[in-house]
Order: sequence, then structure tokens, then C-alpha cells
Amino acid sequence: MPNVQSLRCKECGRDYPEEPIYVCDFCFGPLEVNYDYDEIAKTLSRESIQDGPLTIWRYDQLLPASRDNAVNIGAGMTPLLKADNLGRELGLNNLWIKNDAANPTHSFKDRVVSVASTKAIEFDFDTIACASTGNLAGATAAHGAKAGMNTMVFIPADLESGKVLGAAIFGSVVLVNGNYDDVNRLCSELGDDRRWAFVNINMRPYYSEGSKSLGYELAEQLGWHAPQHVIVPVASGSLFTKVYKGLNEFASLGIIDSADTKMHIAQPFGCSPVAKAFVEKQAHPKPVVPDTIAKSLAIGSPADGYYSVSIANKTGGTGTIVPESEIAEGMKLLAETEGIFTETAGGVVISTLRRLVREGVIGPDQETVALITGTGLKTLEAIADSVETVTIDPTVRSFDDVVTGAAVG
Amino acid sequence: MPFRRVKFVFKTEKIQSPVIYELGHKFEVVTNIRRADIDSENGWVILEIEGSVDEIERGLEWVKEQGSEVHSLDGDILAG
Repeated sequence: MPNVQSLRCKECGRDYPEEPIYVCDFCFGPLEVNYDYDEIAKTLSRESIQDGPLTIWRYDQLLPASRDNAVNIGAGMTPLLKADNLGRELGLNNLWIKNDAANPTHSFKDRVVSVASTKAIEFDFDTIACASTGNLAGATAAHGAKAGMNTMVFIPADLESGKVLGAAIFGSVVLVNGNYDDVNRLCSELGDDRRWAFVNINMRPYYSEGSKSLGYELAEQLGWHAPQHVIVPVASGSLFTKVYKGLNEFASLGIIDSADTKMHIAQPFGCSPVAKAFVEKQAHPKPVVPDTIAKSLAIGSPADGYYSVSIANKTGGTGTIVPESEIAEGMKLLAETEGIFTETAGGVVISTLRRLVREGVIGPDQETVALITGTGLKTLEAIADSVETVTIDPTVRSFDDVVTGAAVG
Repeated sequence: MPFRRVKFVFKTEKIQSPVIYELGHKFEVVTNIRRADIDSENGWVILEIEGSVDEIERGLEWVKEQGSEVHSLDGDILAG
């Protein structure tokens, strides 16, 4: 059962009732879900969690919606895999890959939308909406379909057809003629005057809490402790702040002993306002116009950028700007060593990891988790120039000439 | 009445300019400051601007032309 006490402003600390609101009326600070931790501590235990379902809803005492009525297509409890091959390549003996591409619509967005759509029904909304260029579109469309809600998924009209179809199969996709700014402005206006559950506008305080489940799962799957390092791909910064929050909630509730994890920001060169702010020792990221192949990280004005920089500093983490040319390299490296085909954001993470090892930030025996947040099958164009194949005639001779010859010679 | 929540970021050379006062006089918008942090070199102000959609857009465009940054407070809605 949910243990929500209030929504609390992250800036001024003012409390608000649990409603579909997201910004403080007084200081315009963002609102965050505030729980009754004393009540939670009475019943939450490792055993109570392990008795729950194999989804994010096993942590429902720390989520803002009830699992009894959850819109559940199976988000969460994705594999945490020991990455010995990649570790050997990089010089790490204790490396783990959290593969969130294994979620139902193949990205971590299923976690947040499962919570947002469940909460939307609790609030009696009949329409759920989002604006997306990829993963969020699929997650929202799928959960909207499962919930039987009216669903409005806004996508820029010039998006690759594969991504459009990946969401449109669930119904309710609206293509918008315009650039990113046009879509942002349209959805901001629609969010203001329609009674819709807009997952990352008025549902944002609840939606973002779904990402905490990644932090909980890391701790549980590692045997009830927090890792020493986590590398997180950063777009809005919401995932980054919530993984940190999840680990720290577990520590303060005694589920794990401590949460001394160093939180590392990974961003691509073409959209790196948060990592750049960290590197330049600025508190507030300066918005940019995104120009990166890592489309799922292309948020030029990150709502949680300030908080992400603050957490990276507080935990002894870092901010890394990955050259665009290294994104596909990272994708290939993970695929060739661990058999995991990540989206471009994962390429940014793996290349960040490689840099942090080379720079001595991460030591050989330190327990490290790299977050893979989505599948590469949605971003095939990113590796079109990086992957090589051989072609043969349908004869053994041709096989021997081309393949065996290539292997030997 | 439509409104926008925005953040203005001022560079050193604009710290002394009454940008918000002029915004309220040149355009038919009501400005309402909620948070700010300004010193002699840098400054930002978080405020609400109320008015018609067109007048808000024209006003924000004017602020940009004055050399100040204008950011939507909600960040980008369009997500990956």
C-alpha cells in the first residue's frame, strides 16, 4: 500500500496534498513525493520485498501507488549480469551490467510509466499522454493500451518510421509537424488546459519515482548492498537522481547497511549540459540545442540537471562527456563482449566506463554497475556504419575462400 | 489567462538593466517573480508571465534580443 505523506517542494520544503500537480505555487520549485518512512519501517524488510511480485511492484511500499490496481505489463526485475568479458577488456574484476532493455517495451521507461499510469487511474484520469522521440512513446502507448485508457502520444513527424511504428502498434500516436521546440511548446499548452495525465508534466512527481526501483533492484540483486560505482546515462537527470534516492532510502530504512555509491554522469558530446556543468564546476547546467546520435539523451534543457550535478559532487562521482564517435564503439564493445545490444545511450555509458577506468577513477576491484537503459534494435541507424559483414556465394568453396580465408589470413 | 513559468539568466553586462520592468511596460504581460539569485556578475530570476500566448511569446523573444537567456522552467517535455 502506498505510504505517501505529501508532495514536498524540493526548494522551499512546502507540503502539498497528493494531487496531479508538479510545481510549487510559491517558489516554482519541483514537487517530490514525500513518504511516511516511520510507517514504512514498521513492515518493510528484505523478506517482505522478496515475497512480492517479480516486477517493480515488489517495492510498492516505496512507490506512490498501490500494486493492487497496478497497470502492470511486467516492468522491472531485469537481469543484473556479471560482465566478466567486458571487465577483462577494461581491467575490471567486479563489473555488472543492469540490462533494462529486458523490460516489456525494451527500456527503463516501463518503470516510470507503470507508476504514472497507475496513479493516473487513481486520480480518475481517462487520458494518458506524453511527448517522445522513442522509448517513452512505446512505454506510454503500451501501458495506456493495457489500462484501457485514451492515449495521446505526440511524436515529431520526421522521426524514423521504425520508432513511430514501435509506438503506433499500440494505437494513439499523433505525429506533429514541427521541430523539438514546437512539440515541447504544444505539449506544454495542452498540459495546461486539458484534463489529461501527462506522464512527464502533471504526473511527473509520481512518474519519476518509478526510477527508484532501479536503485532498489541493484541493491537487492547484488545481495543487499549498494555498489561502489554506478554509471548512469543522463537526459533530464530524473533517472540519475532517483537511483540515488532509491539506494539512500534503502540505507536509511536499514534494508542495506549504507549507500556510499559514487554516482557518475554519462552524456554524449552533442548534448552534455549536465556533464559540462559538472566539469566546469557550475551548479546550473546551461541549456543547449541537442545534436547527438544518442536520441534518448537529447534533452537540451534538463529539468533535474541541477540536482544531478549536486549528487555527482556530493557522492564523489564524475561527469563525462563522450565524443560522438565513441558511442557506436561502446555499443560494439558491449555487444561483442557480453552479447547485449544496447541503444546509443548504453554506448555512452560503456564509453564513459572505459574512460573512468583509464583515468583511474574506478579501481580494478571496485564493484561497478553500468546501467543499460534500452535496446539497440530501436536505434539501428546508429551502428549502420560500424558493423561489418561478409557475403559469400552459396558454395563451400566460397565459404572457405572468404570466411575461412578471412579468419586465417 | 495563459501563463508561462520561465527562468531568465543575465550576463554581467545586463545585471544593471531593468529588463523585467521594461518587459512589463513594452508588452501586455504581468510579471510575477518567485525566486532570484543576483550578484554583481551573474544573475537568474524565476518568474511567471501572464498574458495572451502571442504577447508572452513576443515578450520572451524581446528578452532574448536584449542578450538574456530564457529557459522554460519545466525543462524539455519531449523525452527519448
